[in-house]
Amino acid sequence: MALPYRIIHCLNQFFGGIGGEDKASLKPCLLEGPRGPGNILQKFFPDIEVTATIAFGDNYVAENTDRAVREVLDMLRPFFESAKAEKPVMLLAGPAFNAGRYGLACGALCKAVAARYEIPAVASMFPQNPAVNEYRKDIYIAKAGEDVMAMEESVRKLGVLGLKLLEGEAIWPEKDEYIPRGFRQNYFHTQSGATRAIDMLLKKLKGESFTTEYPMPTFDRVKPAPAIKDMSTARLALVTSGGIVPKGNPDRISAANAQCFGTYSIEGISAFTPESYQTAHGGYDPTFANENPNRVLPLDAVCELAAEGFIGTLHEYYYATVGNATSVANARKFGESIAKILVADGVQAVILTST
Amino acid sequence: MVKEIERAGIPVVHCCSIIPISKTVGANRIVPTIAIPHPFGDPALRLEEEKTVRKELVKKALKALATPVNQQTIF
Repeated sequence: MALPYRIIHCLNQFFGGIGGEDKASLKPCLLEGPRGPGNILQKFFPDIEVTATIAFGDNYVAENTDRAVREVLDMLRPFFESAKAEKPVMLLAGPAFNAGRYGLACGALCKAVAARYEIPAVASMFPQNPAVNEYRKDIYIAKAGEDVMAMEESVRKLGVLGLKLLEGEAIWPEKDEYIPRGFRQNYFHTQSGATRAIDMLLKKLKGESFTTEYPMPTFDRVKPAPAIKDMSTARLALVTSGGIVPKGNPDRISAANAQCFGTYSIEGISAFTPESYQTAHGGYDPTFANENPNRVLPLDAVCELAAEGFIGTLHEYYYATVGNATSVANARKFGESIAKILVADGVQAVILTST
Repeated sequence: MVKEIERAGIPVVHCCSIIPISKTVGANRIVPTIAIPHPFGDPALRLEEEKTVRKELVKKALKALATPVNQQTIF
């Protein structure tokens, strides 16, 4: 392959330099040359030339994945019908850090482009990004940091992995810091499997730490709770990760990477008004939620249905946090605390809304 | 949050617009909603129509809570 390697880079509307959440519903568009993280990529790796950048609204791709993928494939066709020397040799996407929608978009585009145009595609995501589970078997995912603070090191890992793939070098998930794809690779070890297994067993018996060669997948699944027999007598609670809070955000829930959740009384309130409630979420265009917060947490509809006899009683508080790049550990902690309160109050069912 | 509440024995219906995230996270009862910035609304509709749509969606969520499931189910 002739140097420099010509690559296509996929970015969301924000990193593509087009706009913020107000542009999140933007269709994919093709921009010449590098943008944002693409410039860093070129700076670190003189062998890489970002021929074009595809920028897309992350809501658009997350909500219309199939259509967006078709649009991007069509957009890229001219590149692959050009003279051989001009053809891009790889697709890179992100870093998407811990952004779920951005991650899903990168995953879908990498998978489709790699399959259609037969070039390697590498995305960059934080290992706990929800898109990792969805796409890790289909594409290479270089490990990124949790947020934009880790931009440079994330871009570096993405570039190193990409170059190794282009140059046909051997890669290993641990060493090259990408997410294992579930493939086995053969290699010669200095010790036989039997020796290594006995070593591990002895360590285990002595209570020492050891590293397994075949980690079991961890599926943290919760058994579905039994259905409610009769909603018209059941006690219901409302929870949201959509950031609906009293005006002014009294608990100062962060717009991203939330550190707490809020507990707010809805006793005697039959609907959220734009005068008294707002969203604190920094991951979507807040216009519609601020105009009418019931669009995110449907208190008005729930109260009417309760009055009409569809719901027994409503728990007197609702619980809100911001699910925007919020860590799984924090979300788990919030969930545990909320569950305790709900159980103590005899709540039988929960509607949890997310944006 | 869905999982921790369900772990405590309370059925949770997760109403959201990006189903793959909800599935990855491990929600058992999933109701797809309208759009990311307005899951329970549609600003293109007249106020009354929008309210009707919202009520129907909540009814669907209530129905999901009243439906026995033994695996992740999208309603």
